[in-house]
Amino acid sequence: MLAFIVSRLLQSLAVMLAVSFLCFVLFNFVGDPVNNMVGQEASTSDREEMRRDLGLEDSVAVQFIRFLGNATTGNFGKSYRLARPVSDLIVERMPATLELVVVAALLALAMGIPLGVVTALRRHTVDSGAIMTFSLAGVAMPTFVIGILLIYVFSVECKSWAPAIGLSPDWCFPSFGRGETVKLGWWNSGLLTAAGLKAIVLPAFTLSLFQMTLVLRLVRSQMLEVLRTDYIKFARARGLTNRAVHFRHALKNTLLPVITVIGIQIGGLIAFSIITETVFQWPGMGQLFIQSVQFADIPVMAAYLVMVSFIFVAINFFVDLLYATIDPRLRLDRAQLGTAGG
Amino acid sequence: MFVARIAALAAATLCLASAVEAKTLRWASQGDALTLDPHAQNEGPTTAMNQHVYDPLIQRDPTLKKVPNLALSWKPIAPDTWEFKLRPDVKFSDGTPFTADDVVFSYNRALAPTSDFRAYISSVKEVKAVDPLTVHIVTNGPNPILPDYTTSILIMSKAWAEKNNVVKPQSYKDKEETYAVRNAMGTGPYMVKQRDADVRTVMAKNPTYWGKTQFPDYPDELVYTPIKEPSTRVAALISGQVDFVLDAPLQDVARIKQTAGLKTEETAQVRSIFLGLDMGSAELKYSDVKGKNPFADKRVRQAMYQAIDINAIKAKVMRNFAAPAGLITSPGVHGHTAALDQRQKYDVAAAKKLMAEAGYPNGFGVTLDCPNDRYNNDEQICQAVAGMLAQIGIKIDLQARSKTLHFPKLQKRDTSFFLLGWGVPTLDSHYVFTFLYQTSDAAKKVGSWNFTGYSNAKLDELSDAMLKEVDQAKRDKMVADAWAAVVADMPYLPLHHQLIVWAMSDKVTIPIFANDSPNFKYSKMK
Repeated sequence: MLAFIVSRLLQSLAVMLAVSFLCFVLFNFVGDPVNNMVGQEASTSDREEMRRDLGLEDSVAVQFIRFLGNATTGNFGKSYRLARPVSDLIVERMPATLELVVVAALLALAMGIPLGVVTALRRHTVDSGAIMTFSLAGVAMPTFVIGILLIYVFSVECKSWAPAIGLSPDWCFPSFGRGETVKLGWWNSGLLTAAGLKAIVLPAFTLSLFQMTLVLRLVRSQMLEVLRTDYIKFARARGLTNRAVHFRHALKNTLLPVITVIGIQIGGLIAFSIITETVFQWPGMGQLFIQSVQFADIPVMAAYLVMVSFIFVAINFFVDLLYATIDPRLRLDRAQLGTAGG
Repeated sequence: MFVARIAALAAATLCLASAVEAKTLRWASQGDALTLDPHAQNEGPTTAMNQHVYDPLIQRDPTLKKVPNLALSWKPIAPDTWEFKLRPDVKFSDGTPFTADDVVFSYNRALAPTSDFRAYISSVKEVKAVDPLTVHIVTNGPNPILPDYTTSILIMSKAWAEKNNVVKPQSYKDKEETYAVRNAMGTGPYMVKQRDADVRTVMAKNPTYWGKTQFPDYPDELVYTPIKEPSTRVAALISGQVDFVLDAPLQDVARIKQTAGLKTEETAQVRSIFLGLDMGSAELKYSDVKGKNPFADKRVRQAMYQAIDINAIKAKVMRNFAAPAGLITSPGVHGHTAALDQRQKYDVAAAKKLMAEAGYPNGFGVTLDCPNDRYNNDEQICQAVAGMLAQIGIKIDLQARSKTLHFPKLQKRDTSFFLLGWGVPTLDSHYVFTFLYQTSDAAKKVGSWNFTGYSNAKLDELSDAMLKEVDQAKRDKMVADAWAAVVADMPYLPLHHQLIVWAMSDKVTIPIFANDSPNFKYSKMK
């Protein structure tokens, strides 16, 4: 087992190194930050001096090694755009993103599982047809369109339709931002105030829609499969109620793959949140990243990409470990193959 | 008796309530200020934010006229010395008095190597405090437009800066954040209450502000939120979550105007959009013409000028938010005249004839470099131009890029044909001549944005001379002569002056500033 863990760790490390090196090569194409950092009156020599000071004149390899050296001591440098240490910026933005991602994942499960069950059980009805069509839209529509659409309906037009159906216009959702936040140590939470909870609804729904339809479709197909198995037939033969059959026996057996998929998708949610955060002006890491790209703020981009790749690598590492614990065959095979690059 | 007392109490509470009810103006724009350090970033949104906390000696009013701020009066007392008489009884928002020492300190800070405002006051040799309310600024030779440049230099508290170890503007060399990045100490109408870059900035009325009688009605609190996505910004305005949007997308202006409770203010911005041609190289770098440079021939430049149907661009691309231009500088800049701003006639037949005369009856191919995230509809303008130039046989290979790639490419002079916009913070034509028309010379620090290779000895001489000419009439003549020369030579093809649109709730009254920098001390909230 130890050999397996070590080989996995080494692989993870190699992946992270490769990712950060690729990032550095790509940074050559995002352009020159210096132009954004000085006014138009700055002379050519001022610009060159600044470029030298920032180390942008050095080769990619030198810049990369310097970055690695600093990163191992936890120093990711200072943002070119905001003149603040990158680690501070990331720590400040992380709670917003994580809260959004967690709420979105919970929403995806809370809505995806029941809807999946309903569509599996009532296969040929109009309502499950409607749900399936809606889920198609969720998969097919780009996130920013969904976001803008939700803003249009629930915060702009809402001011006129809410009173018409007897609701106060105060009920409408905010179109941007996190609402009110509360500081819990360094964690800035929006989940403890009414305004903050209201603000997270639209962005979390937008972000969750894709995962929700994924869960829905997964639960539905698993459920259909399970319902055909012998033990379900046997359960029915025992005269159990539909309710017991569907939820105690069938659903339980469909959930394992769903949990696995959602676990892996958490990384995807963090990556997807870039678009949602931009549309809703959600002050998280994704937005920080997008603004850094436009400014060519290399230190922030580098730290963000390294961090995201770390999250992906870490999740995969733990999933591998879990699988290995569950299935000893994997453990042996992988350990032997590991050295051969498996 | 008892009832009367209750009523009186209730009335008193009501009065009190309405008297203390704070008026908050919530505003949004695309990009936040980069820093609160007043000398670190010479960038539009940063200056727009910082001018609410820090005052300059002289400020621009809504018509962009110079009006007294921390300086009550100013005059030259020697060919190379300007005297500024300071406003008495001014306090910083921490209650400490403002004196000439703060001015000397701030100018020296703005001259520091890490300052981004050095270029504005590079002619300053020395700043002296003569007495607590008098400052002398000594320049290297006469500088008639120094007062225009002082409008950009904000004054910071010396004592506060020393206490917080920020006597120099922030630098990228030191690893740590400096105190002035998120904190401020000025004499302006507001003080910083909360600064959360990219998220939220709250400013509260400065209780010690010197201008309380001059500006009695400005809002008690400013809440700024950057909203990057244009449609979200408009949605926030329409749904009443912000009161003022600085940069409403042009395609949404019609909709905003139709919405009850919203209004817009529009004006011509001090920023002109134009095309530059590499007329100086022996051979164009990105063209199929080899061995010679078609742009060196004035007939080709004129043909291209006349082939551009600017009214079509104005109507179709800019949705009428542009003023066709014959000059690459806008109304409001000293030296601009309506006569100079007349365009050459749009005439494709004449343009074709000129091309034939120049020896290019079938045209040629050339690459046009264009930004796609810097000016209003920049890439679409280039697309339209490409279509129009095709009519006279010029085949454009359009390369649209992000500003982070476009400008460095221009600065490396790695371009044959490019789109550029230019604003004039000093509101004086010299700024345009020295950056865009003078022969590029790194040692003399002139012509740093002249990527055309244009070189005219007479213009160079005029531009250098007008920098030092104190006699206003003589100087005006120089400016006019210089414009006549460069308009005739045509190294740039002018397109239009941008218009700016500010969108707001009709509860807000604010005069629009042509430099696109709102000053909320001039605003009022209903």
